[in-house]
Amino acid sequence: MYPADRKYTKDHEWIMVESGSLALVGITQYAQEQLGDVVFVDIIAVGSTVSQGGKLGEIESVKAVSDLFSPVIGEIVEINNQIMDHPELINEDPHGRGWVVRITPKDPLEIDSLMSGEEYMDYLATIG
Amino acid sequence: MEQILNRTVLYESHLANDAVIVPFAGWEMPLRFGSILAEARSVRASIGMFDVSHMARIWIRGNESADFLNWLTTADVHKTGLNRARYTLLCDRFGGIIDDCIFYKLSDDEYLLIVNASNRDVVWNWLMQWKSKNFQSISLEDRTMEISMVALQGPRASSLLDQIAPGLSESIGRFRCVEADVGGIKSLVGRTGYTGEDGFEIMPASENVLQLWSLFKNLGVTQCGLASRDILRLEAGLLLHGTDMDVDRNPIEAGLERFVDMDSESVCTEALQVIERQGTKDRLVGFQMTERGVPRHAYSILSGNQVIGFVTSGGYSPTLDRNIGLGYVSSNMASPGSELSIDIRGKLVQAEVVETPFYSYRRV
Repeated sequence: MYPADRKYTKDHEWIMVESGSLALVGITQYAQEQLGDVVFVDIIAVGSTVSQGGKLGEIESVKAVSDLFSPVIGEIVEINNQIMDHPELINEDPHGRGWVVRITPKDPLEIDSLMSGEEYMDYLATIG
Repeated sequence: MEQILNRTVLYESHLANDAVIVPFAGWEMPLRFGSILAEARSVRASIGMFDVSHMARIWIRGNESADFLNWLTTADVHKTGLNRARYTLLCDRFGGIIDDCIFYKLSDDEYLLIVNASNRDVVWNWLMQWKSKNFQSISLEDRTMEISMVALQGPRASSLLDQIAPGLSESIGRFRCVEADVGGIKSLVGRTGYTGEDGFEIMPASENVLQLWSLFKNLGVTQCGLASRDILRLEAGLLLHGTDMDVDRNPIEAGLERFVDMDSESVCTEALQVIERQGTKDRLVGFQMTERGVPRHAYSILSGNQVIGFVTSGGYSPTLDRNIGLGYVSSNMASPGSELSIDIRGKLVQAEVVETPFYSYRRV
């Protein structure tokens, strides 16, 4: 359920390092289940730098508006245009095609300090 | 204050079917069973059902029943035929909307009034007050707990009903009702609803409602919760009392004039005649977003940089694939095409006034 190729936050985001200095950020399966149908995504501008835990944007479901936080300090280099027109991708494939932003993390050590998939599942068990 | 919440007879069934349960108007109700949008789409494309047993069902009996209802509602009740259902408003003597409701004429001296769950006590007290003042001969009975209600809605509703009770749908015209046998379950069946689709509201004795629900479920009817119902009614331009209107609003500003008989002799007629003559400062309108953004309840509506009203209902419409809403604006900004902006958490996003309903099954 929670792949080992990425790290997870207590705010239910994931971050996956790609080749080079880029990483993808999205929300977890748990988060999308809690939100229900996502109908709208708004992300701050490409080129913006966000701090760890800083606001990347907002994800709106039918009933609620939720903030999306950055797992690490970094610069936004790309927004997944597909989810702008098809926010339901976040529900359908949150760990894949429903990724939200591509960033350049400034500090690789920050990523290491986040939870592994197994740790995240243990964490979910404590809040569930 | 801790409030003890009511549960419908179907509550255990909803839990067993993975419903997300929320408190609503004093009841524990299913918000959704699965995807809210999928539930809404099922009703538009095919069929869905809702447990609406939380709505209050009040019987009015006695030979003064019609006079009583006529005095308290905006409808000309005397013109209402037998086995007819009518949407109407209960207004106070200032014209303020106490509740919107549907009444069924079951016989010359028996009416059923369906009231919003959130207004059950207020309406009951209002009815009792007038009964003791001017209509002592009538009797009032709240049978909300002993009679349940299931709304079967969607383009396939009539054929599915006929599958269980052959010929039944044809015997019930729109906004009419009959006593019928639905798969062995005696029920009052009205061809009414709150989704903008053809459909039925079926009222069996509460001890039989689980059997009815299971019967529909086994025939593949999608179980739907309050959230999809809210989307569907918004698309159909149907107002929600307590959200789109309340006792501080009158039917004229809420755009409900067509449900007001201005010649009727009712507690609110004089006030409404004055309001109609003078016009209203505000007007409830439908709008659609012309830029990206989701309007939600209580967001401000602006013209230029001036606040001219607020959003009462809003959200994403899966049927239209567009963000839509209802809200009060200054009457001079109420005509279709007027450009507005919505203050979405500090950001002004463009919208325009459009005709309601946003969606009508008769048009497609």
